[in-house]
Amino acid sequence: MNKCMERLYNGIIKENPTFVLMLGMCPTLATTTTAVNGMGMGLTTTAVLVFSNLIISCLRKIIPDRVRIPAYIVIVASLVTIVQLLLQAFIPSLNESLGIFIPLIVVNCIILGRAEAYAAKNGPVESAFDGIGMGLGFTLGLTCIAIFRELLGAGTVFGVTLIPEAYKITIFGLAPGAFFVLAGLTALQNKFKMPSATNGAGGESVLACGGNCSHCSGSACMANHATLETRRLQAEEDALAAKKAAVAQKQTELSAKLDKKDN
Amino acid sequence: MNKLLNVSSSPHARSSVLTGNLMFDVAIAMVPAAVYGVYQFGLKALCVLLVTMAGSVLSEYVYESLMGKPITVMDGSALVTGMILGLNMPPEIPLWIPFLGSVFAIIVVKQIYGGLGQNFMNPALAARCFLLISFASQMSAFKLDGVSGATPLSVLKNGGRVDVAAMFVGKIPGTIGEVSVVALLIGAAYLLYKKVISIRIPAAYIITFAVFVFIFGEQDLGYVMAHICGGGLIFGAFFMATDYVTSPITPNGRIVFGVLLGILTGLFRLFGGSAEGVSYAIIIGNLLVPLIEKVTLPAAFGKEGKKA
Repeated sequence: MNKCMERLYNGIIKENPTFVLMLGMCPTLATTTTAVNGMGMGLTTTAVLVFSNLIISCLRKIIPDRVRIPAYIVIVASLVTIVQLLLQAFIPSLNESLGIFIPLIVVNCIILGRAEAYAAKNGPVESAFDGIGMGLGFTLGLTCIAIFRELLGAGTVFGVTLIPEAYKITIFGLAPGAFFVLAGLTALQNKFKMPSATNGAGGESVLACGGNCSHCSGSACMANHATLETRRLQAEEDALAAKKAAVAQKQTELSAKLDKKDN
Repeated sequence: MNKLLNVSSSPHARSSVLTGNLMFDVAIAMVPAAVYGVYQFGLKALCVLLVTMAGSVLSEYVYESLMGKPITVMDGSALVTGMILGLNMPPEIPLWIPFLGSVFAIIVVKQIYGGLGQNFMNPALAARCFLLISFASQMSAFKLDGVSGATPLSVLKNGGRVDVAAMFVGKIPGTIGEVSVVALLIGAAYLLYKKVISIRIPAAYIITFAVFVFIFGEQDLGYVMAHICGGGLIFGAFFMATDYVTSPITPNGRIVFGVLLGILTGLFRLFGGSAEGVSYAIIIGNLLVPLIEKVTLPAAFGKEGKKA
C-alpha cells in the first residue's frame, strides 16, 4: 500500500505533469480559459488515464513489444470514445466548451508517456494509482492555471464575480495569458522548491538531467547514465584495490622492520 | 634588462559615452512632444506621464533589490521606457492602466530576460500592445478639447478626408506624444545632431512606408502625407525603432530593418483590421533583428572578400 501512496505523491507533487514534467501543454494552454473548463479537462483526462494504465498493465505480457504503441492507442481511443459519449449524455455543456480537446485526449502525451514509462513495466494496482496520481496532478495544474486566468481575464472564479467588469485584463483570457500564467506558476513552484524532479530537491544527483531515468527510457540519456554508472563502479573498485595494495605494502614494511628489530 | 613592459588587457580605447548620457539625450529629445501633449490635453496627460515614469523606475528598483542585482535605476533607461510608454497612452485613460503597463514593460519584458541590453523587444511597445489587447476600449478612446473624436487614421480608413496642416501642428485627437509632428521632429533633430541615432532606420522606414502607401493606397500626395503624419509613425520611426537594444547594429542591417518596418506598417494600416500599425510592426521587426544582423554582418578589416 505504501507503494501506492508513493505513486500518488509522485504524480501530484514530485513529477507533476504540468509544472515539472511539462507534458500535455496543448490542453493546458487551450482549455484553461475558465476554472470549470480546466477542472473538467483535468478530470476527464484522469478518468481515461486511470483505466488506460490499468488495462495496459493487465495486458503488458500479452501485447507484443513491436506493436505496443498501436495497441496502446487502440485502448486509449476506445476509452476516450466512452468518456466522450458519457460527457455528451450527462454534461453536454462541458462537452461543448471543451470541443475538439476531448477527442484529442487520445494523443495526450501524459497518457502515452505513463503507459510507456510505468504501466508497461509494473503491476495493475500500482499502475492504476500512478494514473490517479498523474491525473490529479494534471487536474491540479490545470485548475490552478485556469483560476488565475479566469480571475484576471474575466474577473470571476468558477463563475462567481470577484473583480468588477472595468478592471479585467482581457489578455489573460487569450493565448498569451496562458503562457504568462503557466510561466509564473512554474517559476513560483521552482522558487519555493517544492521537491520535484527538476529543481534538484527530488534527490541528490550530479547529472544535468536530474538522474531520474524513468522518463527517458530508450533514449541516449539512458546509455549515458549506464556509462557513468559503470565508470563510477570501476573507479570505486580501483580505489579499493589501491587501498588494499597500500595496506598490504605497509604491512610487509612493518613486518620487515619488526624482523630487523628482532635480529 | 629589468624593465618590464606591461600591457593592460583590451579595450585600450575608451569612449566617454555612457548609457546615462545617451538616455538623458533621448529624454531631452522627447520633452518637446511631452510639453505639447500636456499643453494640448491638460493636466491629465501630465499625470499619465508621471505615473508611467514613476512606475517604471519603481518596478526596476523593486525588482533589482528583490533579486539582489546591482541597481541600474540611475542610468535612466527605465525613465526613458516610462516616458515612451506614457507618450503612447491616450490622455483620458484611468491612471492604473498606465501603471500596470509600466510594471509589465520593466518586469516581464525587460528584467525577466536579463535587464538592459538583453530584452528582445522594446519594453514600452510590448507593454503598449499588452494594454491594447487587454483594454481595447479604454486604449482607443481619444478626446480633443473634451469632445471625443476619431483619430485622423480612422477617418482615413473609413474613406474620409483629413486636414494635414492640423496633423502637422498637432491639433488632432490621439495619444499624448504622437500628435504633434513638429515637436517630434525638433526632438529627432536634436538626437541626430548629438549623433545618438543614425538617420538610416527612420529614413528607410518612412520612405518605404510612403512608397507602399502610394502604390497600394491612393495615388495622392495629401493622402500619403496624412498617413506619414498620422498615428505613431514619426514617433515610432525616430524614437522607438532606433532603440539601441532592439535594432540592428550593422549599417546595412539598419536599412533592411527600416524597409521591413515600412512594409509591415503599410500592410497593417491598409489591409489590417485596425487603423494603427506602428507598434505591432516594430515589435515584429524587433524579433527579426538577430536574423538581419546575421545576414548583413560586414567583413572584418583586412579580410578578403567572399571566396568562391
